[in-house]
Formats: sequence, C-alpha cells, structure tokens
Amino acid sequence: MSTLLRFATAGSVDDGKSTLVGRLLHDAKAILADQFAQIESASRARGFGGDAGGFDFALLTDGLRAEREQGITIDVAYRYFATDRRSFILADCPGHVQYTRNMVTGATTADVVVVLVDARKGVLEQTRRHLAVVRLLRVPHVVVAVNKIDLLGYDPEPFARVAEEVAAVADELGLDGVHVVPVSALAGDNVVERSPRTPWYAGPALLELLETLPSAEELAASAEDGGEPFRLDVQLVLRPQGALAPELAAVPGAEAEYRDYRAFAGRITSGTVRTGDLVEVLPAGILTTVVGIDTADGPLAEARAPRSVALRLADEVDAARGAVIAAADASPAPVRELEAELFQLDARPLVAGARVLVKAGTATVPALVAEITGRRDLDTLRTAPADRLETNDIGRAVIRLGAALPIEEYEASRGAGGFLVIHQQDGATLAAGTRSTG
Amino acid sequence: MTVSTPSPRLAPAPRASSRFEVLDQLEAEAIHIIREVVAEFERPVLLFSGGKDSVLVLHLARKAFWPGRVPFPVLHVDTGHNFPEVLAFRDETVARLGIRLEVARVQDYLDDGRLQERADGTRNPLQTQPLLDAIAAGRHDAVFGGARRDEDKARAKERILSLRDEFGQWDPRNQRPELWSLYNGRHTPGQHVRAFPISNWTELDVWRYLERERIELPPLYFAHEREVFRRDGMWRAVGEHSLPRPDESVERRTVRYRTVGDMSCTGAVESVAADLAAVTAEVAASTLTERGATRADDRISEAAMEDRKKDGYF
Ligand SMILES: Nc1nc2c(ncn2[C@@H]2O[C@H](COP(=O)(O)OP(=O)(O)OP(=O)(O)O)[C@@H](O)[C@H]2O)c(=O)[nH]1
Ligand SMILES: [Mg+2]
Repeated sequence: MSTLLRFATAGSVDDGKSTLVGRLLHDAKAILADQFAQIESASRARGFGGDAGGFDFALLTDGLRAEREQGITIDVAYRYFATDRRSFILADCPGHVQYTRNMVTGATTADVVVVLVDARKGVLEQTRRHLAVVRLLRVPHVVVAVNKIDLLGYDPEPFARVAEEVAAVADELGLDGVHVVPVSALAGDNVVERSPRTPWYAGPALLELLETLPSAEELAASAEDGGEPFRLDVQLVLRPQGALAPELAAVPGAEAEYRDYRAFAGRITSGTVRTGDLVEVLPAGILTTVVGIDTADGPLAEARAPRSVALRLADEVDAARGAVIAAADASPAPVRELEAELFQLDARPLVAGARVLVKAGTATVPALVAEITGRRDLDTLRTAPADRLETNDIGRAVIRLGAALPIEEYEASRGAGGFLVIHQQDGATLAAGTRSTG
Repeated sequence: MTVSTPSPRLAPAPRASSRFEVLDQLEAEAIHIIREVVAEFERPVLLFSGGKDSVLVLHLARKAFWPGRVPFPVLHVDTGHNFPEVLAFRDETVARLGIRLEVARVQDYLDDGRLQERADGTRNPLQTQPLLDAIAAGRHDAVFGGARRDEDKARAKERILSLRDEFGQWDPRNQRPELWSLYNGRHTPGQHVRAFPISNWTELDVWRYLERERIELPPLYFAHEREVFRRDGMWRAVGEHSLPRPDESVERRTVRYRTVGDMSCTGAVESVAADLAAVTAEVAASTLTERGATRADDRISEAAMEDRKKDGYF
C-alpha cells in the first residue's frame, strides 16, 4: 500500500519551479492525453520554444490567466500524482517576493520542500528567504535542485560552486541534511531518471529522493522515544440526543442507548491514544480516563495522529470547542504570554500595541502584540532591533493572550506550536506565528 | 454518562487492513474540515447535486457527526436539464437521511426573464445567479462544495476555505494564506465562505473510496444502454433537453457517465463497467481527465472555469 508525501517547491522567481513540476508530472506519466494536448496548443499560441515549437511545462501548474500572460506563478497550484511506491500532493509555489505569503501557505503542510536555484545565478535573496522560512517552519526535509545545468553545458564546476554555497547557507541557517541535486527541468536530467549527461553526480534523481524520504507522519510513527505525546484539540462536542442518525434511530434500543451520549470530536494532533489512557482536559486541568474512541466505522482500541475521532471520557467534564485533551503525563501548560516567531503576511505592517485575534488549534482569543523584539536578517537569521514588521518580514514578538492557551513550543510540535494572527475587524490573516522561547 | 456497548457502525463492513493509508488520510482531513466549518459558522449548507463528489461529501459529513445526524441542509441548483435518474436519487437520499433539501431553479429565472437561455443551449453558466440568491435567502455563511483541485487548473489554485464577496466573486490574485490546518473562516457581513473538504482527492481516490465504503450512486455512473448521438467528440444522451440535430444520427450504445451535470453539456463514455470495482479499474487506466472526456462547457476557452469561478460559480 502506498504512503502519502506532501511536497512544495520554493526558490527565486524564474528559477524553474513550475517547469520542474511539469517535467516531473510528465516524466512520471501523470499527465493525461487531453491535458497534454491543451498545454501543447497553449504553448504554441504563446510562441514557446520559437519556431521549433516547444512544450512549456510550467503551463501545467500556471493555470490562471494572469499567470500565463506574465509567465510567473502567483498562487500555489496543487497537483497530484502517484508512483508504484507513493502518492504525492505537490504544491507549486510562487517565487516572486510579492507572493511570499503563498509560498508560506504551501510550506506549512509540506514534508519536503524542493528549493530551486538557477545554476548560473546561485543563491539569491529570495532563495535565502525561502530557506529561512523552511528552517523556521521545521519542514522535515529540504532538497535543493540546482537547475538549468543545460545552459552551462552540463559542466560539473558551476554545480560544485553552487553546492558549496548552498552548504554554507544551510550551515548559517542551521539546516541539516540538505540534499543537493543537479537538474535540468527543461531537458529532464536527474528529474525522474539519473542523467547520463552528469556522470560526475553520483546521487539519486529527484523523484528517487521524493519516493524514499520519510514523511512527517512516518517519522512520528517510527520515532524511537514514541514520538510526540498524545494531544487532541476539541472541535466540537457530539451530543446527538433526539437527533440520532436515521439509520441508527431505526435500531431497537438505540434511542435509549445514546440518550446521554457525549463525545469530544477532533483530529488527533499528535501521538497515540488508547482506551484506558489517563488524560488531562485543558485549560480546566481535569484528569480523567478515555473510555471510548469512536468513529462511524465502529470503536477503536487505539488511534494515532492524524485520525479524526470522537473521544468519550469517564467523567462528566465541562469542555467545549477550544479545549485540549492531552496525555496526563505530558500535558502542555496553558500560557497567557508567549514569545513567538512571526511571518508577516499582510500588506499592513504589524506594530507593538496592535490588538488582534490569535487562533491556535481550535481556540480563537483576543490578543495584544505586546512587543516587537526584532527582525531577522535573512543572510544570517540573526535578529536586529525593530519596532514593526513589514510584509514578508520574519521577526520576533511577545504576544499576550486574552485567555490561557496550551500552545506548545513549535520546535517540539509542528501541529500544536503554530498559530494565526488575525485582524479583529476584517478577519484577514495578518501573520503566521510559531511559539519559540529563547 | 458514557455508553459502553459497541456502537452500530455506518460503513457496511470493517476493512481487512488496519493500516492508515492514503484514503484514510484524505478521510481524516475531510472530516476535520467539515467539523471546523460546522463549529465556526452559523448556517452552513452543502451543495448537493447527486453527483459522485457531492455524494462523497455527504457521506463524509455523516461520518463526521455520527452517531448524530448531519446538522445542515443541502442545496441543489436545478438547471432544469438534469437527468431524471439523478433527481430521483437526490430526493431518495435526502428522505432517507432526514435532511432538508433547498432547491434553486434556473427554470424560474428563465420563466420570469431574470435570465435568458444561451444560444448554445448550455445552462451550466446560468447557475450562478440562482446559487447566489439561494445563499443569500438561506443566509448561509458557509457553503460546502465537492470541488476537487485535480478537476481543473483554476481549481488547482483554490484554498480549502475560500472567501467570497457578496457577489460570490473569487479573487485568485488575492487569496487568504492558509497555514497548517488552521482554517480562518472570519468574514464580514455579506461575505461568505466556500468550503471544499475533498480538495485533495483525485478522481481515482474518489472511486476507490466509493468502492471501499460501498457508497450508493445514481445508476448513470454504471454501464447501461442508452440512445445517444455523437457531438464534440462525446456521446450525448437523447432526452427532452438534449436532441440531436438532423445531421446527427442516433444509436444505441452501452455507456456510463464520469460526471453528471447538466444534460445539455455532459457527455457519456462507452463502457461496460457495471459496478464500482469495474469503474474504479477503468478510471485507473483512463488516458483522459473526467472533464476532458465529458464536459463540453470547459472546452469553450482556455480559462472557462476560472472565468466562471470569478463570477461566483463553484
Ligand atoms: N534552459 C532551461 N530553461 C529553464 C529550465 N527550467 C526552467 N527554464 C525556463 O526558465 C523560465 C522560468 O521558468 P518557470 O518554471 O516559470 O520558473 P518559476 O520558478 O516557476 O517562476 P515563478 O513561479 O514565477 O517564481 C522559463 O522560461 C523556463 O522555460 C531549465 O532547466 N533549462
Ligand atoms: Mg512558477
């Protein structure tokens, strides 16, 4: 049975992300005949490849009219394909600095980010910004694809230079285990198959990497220490009372059986839960036992992230949407104030004193940006003093919450350490935040 | 109070494998999205046509709220050119599940002149106005849809929660960022949100899941004999609203539908696949996308879907 991997592209504008994705889909035989014909005629209509006629692979994901007219990606395109070994959800992100928010959108859920670098240009400012985002968002794996090697005659020298540059930047940013692959998205070298034109490269082709790197879910399942502790953010309370599902209501005795049914529905954020487990319900701080893990397919003895379930507890607890049910021996402490990394996404700057909403897990509370403590320099990731965050800035802030929330350190939990900063009136998502004390 | 006796289940049979595979991942994600929307919005509604994707979303909603019933009504925009089998299936389904059905009729708009029939006879693009009026009349602040990103290149760009203004317009150049699985559904009065729980499912995922869960579908999806004629490279059904021109000859063929929409623009494919397993196998081997194979309206221009979406269509 195949597993699922989510990956996203990143890198500076025009470095070849969309072309690479198109090439990957094409060579992995994930393009159907009618799509192929559409792209062929659209490429021709745009004069791609001159008189010889060419196939503009980028058109497979650059699907908006404005994108095709300008030859750039504006927003993330999601594409799907499968090989014998795996199913993939891929997010082709824009490189343009103006659309960094869309790149962040693609990266938050990714198991792997493939960062494109033009072999002729090396690491650019936007490449660094994206690598910094990937580092701070704790994407499990980074692959750097050094692209357009066809334009450099498949020469090993420039590749070696860029690979060294990438290693140095990764070092500065604290990124471990970066894979570097020389590719030509246009010609297909080292995309699906290893290329005979790069005998000096001994590593795997891009697709081989994508087929074998473990996903976040696989990493969690195989973690030696058992991985992250159990946590479920309560979405809603299921209390069917008079409104039983009709097919259930038809079962004799069901009305009586379910009269007092009460279960806490949510998607397991992290870890594993078993019936009989001792849990703490937050923020109330009540200890109780899990007596049932319900799904529409019948009860389970055990369930693991990211399954959607409904938990029944031994004691009558007063908990609603926004509550958290966590392993009793590892439950997070609710906080009223937190230090955070902020990714400023909105066009309006964020300043100290701003009154906002914070959405974390299933809770949304009023909050105050108490202090902006610094802005990251993208070359070194070191923070320099600042009193505001402009669009696309990454910075640090102290945030005070209107109610205590069990937000965890992002370093410890990608699922429970991230939050949204939301405009109180118009509801816009102003910034993405990760809790990081330090 | 707790219940300790084993509960009856929704799915007909437990699965052999207890592994958490791709379909389980997609199911868990969809249930999460559906629960989020129901928890955060006042008056959600599900667009329900009786087509396989909306049937799937309804099935997932039943799972999300089991053992309770689905806590929102469904809405159908009836073009007046729907397949009678599909309307019968729609009515039977809502009756069985005890769900309220709202219907917005394109025909009413044509009758009183608010809309006019198009020259090409296609009614799909005419659905937008009745849809927006029904959303406003029902004061629906969230509208579930069964759209999938793999259907079309404009849909590939859509967020899971997509903000719409009071004209239902989609602004693809200025979408709200969507981070982790934290969905921000905040909106101002007049705006509403479209929610797409099966965004990440492919056509093949849908069929595999329908087969695994033994979900009932309108009979149109399976091979049957039908009077058809050839137009735009597809087989069109002969029906009250879909008549051959003098130069188009009618034949009897064994066909099935990959999508069911407006009769005037949905084509059938030749097939002998008579059950879910056979259809799934056929879809897995197909060399055409479902829209490429069966939707005339998407062939009008390169950006047909994007244009319709910007105007408030699904
Ligand atoms: N010669 C050559 N050209 C390439 C290669 N990859 C991409 N290109 C060209 O580079 C240009 C930009 O490619 P895109 O794929 O649109 O770049 P992108 O990174 O997706 O750009 P944005 O999404 O707008 O940031 C196009 O003209 C491509 O044809 C390559 O491997 N070799
Ligand atoms: Mg691009």
